Amino acid sequence: MNNFSNSTLYNYLLGLADDALILGQRTSEWCSRGPFLEEDIALSNVALDYIGRARMFYQYAAEVEGKGRSEDDLAYFRDEREFSNLLINELPNYDFAFSMVRQYFLDVHACLYLQGLTASTDQHLAAIASKAIKESRYHLKRSQTWLLQLGLGTEESNKRMQTAIDELWGYTPEMFMMTETETQLSTAGIAVNRDNLLQQWTATVTADIRSADLQIPDQQWQVVGGREGKHSEHLGHLLAQMQILQRSYPGLEW
Amino acid sequence: MKKSNDLYEVFLRSIRGVDHRHVGSLHADTAEQALTYARDVYTRRSEGVSIWVVKSTDITASQEQDAESFYDPMDDKPYRHASFYVLPDEIDNM
Repeated sequence: MNNFSNSTLYNYLLGLADDALILGQRTSEWCSRGPFLEEDIALSNVALDYIGRARMFYQYAAEVEGKGRSEDDLAYFRDEREFSNLLINELPNYDFAFSMVRQYFLDVHACLYLQGLTASTDQHLAAIASKAIKESRYHLKRSQTWLLQLGLGTEESNKRMQTAIDELWGYTPEMFMMTETETQLSTAGIAVNRDNLLQQWTATVTADIRSADLQIPDQQWQVVGGREGKHSEHLGHLLAQMQILQRSYPGLEW
Repeated sequence: MKKSNDLYEVFLRSIRGVDHRHVGSLHADTAEQALTYARDVYTRRSEGVSIWVVKSTDITASQEQDAESFYDPMDDKPYRHASFYVLPDEIDNM
């Protein structure tokens, strides 16, 4: 017997969907701007994986909500404050190093998180997780390689990677923050308890960063708020670009 | 670490039991990276079940100017072809 409401599950699914969509949209900005052709195609592939993942979560969320809204309605007709993605996902790409470090932090996390989600008592979620984890393992292979390659590369590439790590470090605690919704659903065996992932994430990331001749920052700052809809100034611009077509021509198909 | 960005040749096996075939080439810094790029560039529409990548410089190729000494001598040796045997009807291909 479930002792949580449909809206609890809906909010949880929306968080997962928003995470995937916003990172996918951000990553897609690399399309045609990659450092060279092969990496451009690879990056676009990763972006598409995330947008595909977002669709699966939105479709399920729309079904759970039961108000006749579609995946597109959820993606294109909600405002900034209604998006509950993690802040790290919405930060601009800055440079290649920044994008890769972000991707690496998220990939390590995604592999652990999705592994947990495959054991969800919610069959639909478990199925999405089994599909997505294959992609994330591949993404991790890529981002881990880049971390090493650029960390051990030139003085310039090492410097840029270190700057990215320093800039992003304070955004990582939010990946392990449990919302009330998640706590409730994790007790019910549906959501993953993020607390349990922190130790392994930290161990993996620390080891990889050291192998890449880079340092874990010792600063203690952290920024949170994405889950409550409190975003950086960057999300609005991203949404404007992503949503303008549907907002201008609602229901447009092509 | 030096900047390499070497050229790699990509070979794909499309289904099990079939040979790998050359499909193209790409640039990568390491063989491992070449493999992941090959996956993204050449198999995104489910074209393959196995990939080989080989550094282009590791391939020794026959040269156009050697064609005369390489292939011409075979032209007048028809007895090397199995075309003189009559195949039983049940065998369609050989």
